[in-house]
Amino acid sequence: MPEIRVTPLGAGQDVGRSCILVSIAGKNVMLDCGMHMGFNDDRRFPDFSYITQNGRLTDFLDCVIISHFHLDHCGALPYFSEMVGYDGPIYMTHPTQAICPILLEDYRKIAVDKKGEANFFTSQMIKDCMKKVVAVHLHQTVQVDDELEIKAYYAGHVLGAAMFQIKVGSESVVYTGDYNMTPDRHLGAAWIDKCRPNLLITESTYATTIRDSKRCRERDFLKKVHETVERGGKVLIPVFALGRAQELCILLETFWERMNLKVPIYFSTGLTEKANHYYKLFIPWTNQKIRKTFVQRNMFEFKHIKAFDRAFADNPGPMVVFATPGMLHAGQSLQIFRKWAGNEKNMGTVGHKILSGQRKLEMEGRQVLEVKMQVEYMSFSAHADAKGIMQLVGQAEPESVLLVHGEAKKMEFLKQKIEQELRVNCYMPANGETVTLPTSPSIPVGISLGLLKREMAQGLLPEAKKPRLLHGTLIMKDSNFRLVSSEQALKELGLAEHQLRFTCRVHLHDTRKEQETALRVYSHLKSVLKDHCVQHLPDGSVTVESVLLQAAAPSEDPGTKVLLVSWTYQDEELGSFLTSLLKKGLPQAPS
Amino acid sequence: MKLYCLSGHPTLPCNVLKFKSTTIMLDCGLDMTSTLNFLPLPLVQSPRLSNLPGWSLKDGNAFLDKELKECSGHVFVDSVPEFCLPETELIDLSTVDVILISNYHCMMALPYITEHTGFTGTVYATEPTVQIGRLLMEELVNFIERVPKAQSASLWKNKDIQRLLPSPLKDAVEVSTWRRCYTMQEVNSALSKIQLVGYSQKIELFGAVQVTPLSSGYALGSSNWIIQSHYEKVSYVSGSSLLTTHPQPMDQASLKNSDVLVLTGLTQIPTANPDGMVGEFCSNLALTVRNGGNVLVPCYPSGVIYDLLECLYQYIDSAGLSSVPLYFISPVANSSLEFSQIFAEWLCHNKQSKVYLPEPPFPHAELIQTNKLKHYPSIHGDFSNDFRQPCVVFTGHPSLRFGDVVHFMELWGKSSLNTVIFTEPDFSYLEALAPYQPLAMKCIYCPIDTRLNFIQVSKLLKEVQPLHVVCPEQYTQPPPAQSHRMDLMIDCQPPAMSYRRAEVLALPFKRRYEKIEIMPELADSLVPMEIKPGISLATVSAVLHTKDNKHLLQPPPRPAQPTSGKKRKRVSDDVPDCKVLKPLLSGSIPVEQFVQTLEKQHGFSDIKVEDTAKGHIVLLQEAETLIQIEEDSTHIICDNDEMLRVRLRDLVLKFLQKF
Repeated sequence: MPEIRVTPLGAGQDVGRSCILVSIAGKNVMLDCGMHMGFNDDRRFPDFSYITQNGRLTDFLDCVIISHFHLDHCGALPYFSEMVGYDGPIYMTHPTQAICPILLEDYRKIAVDKKGEANFFTSQMIKDCMKKVVAVHLHQTVQVDDELEIKAYYAGHVLGAAMFQIKVGSESVVYTGDYNMTPDRHLGAAWIDKCRPNLLITESTYATTIRDSKRCRERDFLKKVHETVERGGKVLIPVFALGRAQELCILLETFWERMNLKVPIYFSTGLTEKANHYYKLFIPWTNQKIRKTFVQRNMFEFKHIKAFDRAFADNPGPMVVFATPGMLHAGQSLQIFRKWAGNEKNMGTVGHKILSGQRKLEMEGRQVLEVKMQVEYMSFSAHADAKGIMQLVGQAEPESVLLVHGEAKKMEFLKQKIEQELRVNCYMPANGETVTLPTSPSIPVGISLGLLKREMAQGLLPEAKKPRLLHGTLIMKDSNFRLVSSEQALKELGLAEHQLRFTCRVHLHDTRKEQETALRVYSHLKSVLKDHCVQHLPDGSVTVESVLLQAAAPSEDPGTKVLLVSWTYQDEELGSFLTSLLKKGLPQAPS
Repeated sequence: MKLYCLSGHPTLPCNVLKFKSTTIMLDCGLDMTSTLNFLPLPLVQSPRLSNLPGWSLKDGNAFLDKELKECSGHVFVDSVPEFCLPETELIDLSTVDVILISNYHCMMALPYITEHTGFTGTVYATEPTVQIGRLLMEELVNFIERVPKAQSASLWKNKDIQRLLPSPLKDAVEVSTWRRCYTMQEVNSALSKIQLVGYSQKIELFGAVQVTPLSSGYALGSSNWIIQSHYEKVSYVSGSSLLTTHPQPMDQASLKNSDVLVLTGLTQIPTANPDGMVGEFCSNLALTVRNGGNVLVPCYPSGVIYDLLECLYQYIDSAGLSSVPLYFISPVANSSLEFSQIFAEWLCHNKQSKVYLPEPPFPHAELIQTNKLKHYPSIHGDFSNDFRQPCVVFTGHPSLRFGDVVHFMELWGKSSLNTVIFTEPDFSYLEALAPYQPLAMKCIYCPIDTRLNFIQVSKLLKEVQPLHVVCPEQYTQPPPAQSHRMDLMIDCQPPAMSYRRAEVLALPFKRRYEKIEIMPELADSLVPMEIKPGISLATVSAVLHTKDNKHLLQPPPRPAQPTSGKKRKRVSDDVPDCKVLKPLLSGSIPVEQFVQTLEKQHGFSDIKVEDTAKGHIVLLQEAETLIQIEEDSTHIICDNDEMLRVRLRDLVLKFLQKF
């Protein structure tokens, strides 16, 4: 029995380190190759030794697909391809291919240069890894080999994020990566056609949340930022360079313009400035509004937002600063935080410990930092909520759903919801756990057009209510399967047909001449067999379709006539019916 | 399978393919050469043009002098310019299911088709094709609408009058169907019917046919199309290029194994080498500017202009021309320059990798930044303040009949210091210049047409090996002006089938097979038997389901339980359905074994076997039954004893193979 097997190496009942192995019709595909933010040891990367104990990954995997540039989806890629060793194709979209190496390099710098980790991948490894990448277009069908094809769909979420359909013959799996089902200020909503995959593997970050409207959160955000700068405070917004940063910039930019504000907004330099360039050059991947208006005004050319210089942090007066990284655990955002945290006029967002209410932080060098600034947590991350996930399942109409990239408890809730509301099997394997789904693919063969047309023409007849049987011969030669009419099969194979014919003697009591008997037989059959072609031939014989009836008078008894009914095996039912009908005798002719 | 040919212009094709149950229009080109018969539309009142003498017949009859004007021995229609539409009568265009667009030059007739023929289908095109196509249409509409012309001439179109006109007016075809330009509203409505597609995207049409666009290497987003079912494949090659310019390279491999390859849109200047032409363009430009003259480049707002700007970007510094302003004037100049930078995914590898840095793929961004290149929507407004001479002006329309180019022709035509350089190959430059004669300015003809030439075509055909080639008739003979050049035509075996406007071609197809799916349950129940080494057979009796042109075989239903006899049975209820097919039989009956079985298993003791010329006769004496057995036939002759007959039948069947 053919089957589809799925094993998460990461993101199984967990967020982070996305890496999912899929086996479909003998092909092995790895979906994403991410790192885990929560670990600094071996656990930060997926356990690739699970894939193959001995033997090369390249021999086992047919391809690797990266859904988008977030490090929890691509952070382990150079380690996987260059240090573990994989030389096969790696597929991703163009924007992902452009941005991914920059984030990897950034990640490497923090890990090696700042934290001093040894045995990490090098810059050269990132470059070599990216050489193995094949860029795909949206909706392009990429033929990985003769049988395996993949196709990317728009996923929203971040620039270049894609969902992927993996297909072999009539079996298919869709992997969503991260997606959002509502357009935001810079990206559109995810979309997929009714592709009816055997399995849909979906993220479930917000499995239990029905999120309030984005507008409210945006208004809230703007209000808080505005209040802080009004009272002369400084606002620190720790962000990741790409993604939400651009969305928030657009938000602030339009707000500043509308309110005619003069308070400076800064964007930490380097990466983020570059990031805006990517958005400008990949306009077709943004939402419809930006695409439509970019000629008049490119939304990513900001008027109010300037590059940040370290010295600005000490400037007096209000300001807004976007700084990386978003987790506030290192880099510029941490530096600025240290400077501003002591003043309750200021405002900052995010930061795990601070968010949990901790107001005194121990920094490196045992220095204790007292946090007096206001801290707000605002989530703008673009994932589908429960409603959105259900919506996508409804769009794609999969046979089964498998949840990844979420917390077990929340998954449990969504699993029940999907199974009850959509009546679709739902799975949520943990890391290292394999889900096996039997499939029953139908078998494509070539049917001769003659046979098909003959059947279809008859299917159009009004009495075609009853299911009718198509009869043919399947010729199997190597992997070439052809369904042809039996006559054609015999002819092609050089075989002669064997004719099987029956002739039955039916005795009728009738004193009239043979010709008249035949005529009575004719009118009787004509009245019974309304749908059949009954004919009286000039030589006195009667035919029903191709069954032949001839009357003869046996010499010994003039009161009896013998009717010879003759048919071939192809007319077996009709012939048999006629003999039993005639055995009952002929109705009395009206005088 | 038929091809309806609606356009006679080989590079602006419009064909309709009937393939299986679908009707597919391939391209929607608009022949604009008709506008060459009209007087230019000047942006600024031109005393010269308005004072041209009216034309009169040889006998002095001047009744046409309002409509026709004479200029340097040529006669022009003084009216709103009109275009030659594709044939609309050959086939009912409301039956067209889809329109496939190959590049932005080949969609200019779209509003005429989608808005005025009852068309209700879908148009497929790539995103750059649609965006740039929209710009071309917008420019065209703008050029024509901003110079309202009161007069619309129609007298000259009368067949009896047209005969009396001098050529080329006399020979103009289908003048009665020529139409004025569409409106922006029609353009928007037409473009709203387009669905965007990407290269190598498989698009299902009604489950019967699959169409796929492939990169054709000619322009941003330009595509060739594959139209295929599971057993037949038509390739539509239109406007392809093997040169490395800015677009993504041509995908040739996917064109392999076509039954029919429709080949249109080859180079219009087969004797000119585009690289050489670019060189000539640069040197002529430099020469003119150095001598203090201006250069006018009539062009479309997208396409080759990007390549020319890139050449100039590299050239002007080395030629010491960095201070010479480059002006690009078009209502869509800004949009065109902006759009070119955002379609990285549709560009050649070099340009694509620039975006990864991230830098704009085209260097004209830098030309704009450094103020070397300036763009304006028209000559009015800012341009008149900034205008400095000598300069280089890129502007449309290449026909020289409308657009800002008309103004520059009038302005610079009188001085021999100035030069007009023709780079677009769509219009004969001599005809384009005719209404401006006599002209002092220099005219340089550097047509840059990157589309396939005949050498490349023959290489391509050898590579992809289609069974049949179909092409416009112009490609099956040398160009009229170079009739000795036998190399300037398509040479293939079997010879290409050619078409001309308003012709219907029957394509040489023999469809034999169709795909059908066998349900797994049915497949499991099949019993294959090996007939010859490597060849197995299985007889299939199944229920055929056809939905959305997809065919599926399901297992036959279990025999229905006889319904309990509440209803009175009638004789006719028992009449068998004669359409239930019995398998064919093959093989032969081994007589000895047959008789033995009859004796042992069926208890006949009075069997007599007689030899005949062709076989045997088996006689069951008491039952008065006779069985004639020959190599390829068996005949059972018996009394009306159904039980016996069925026993004999089943025994015979046991010895035979069923198909």
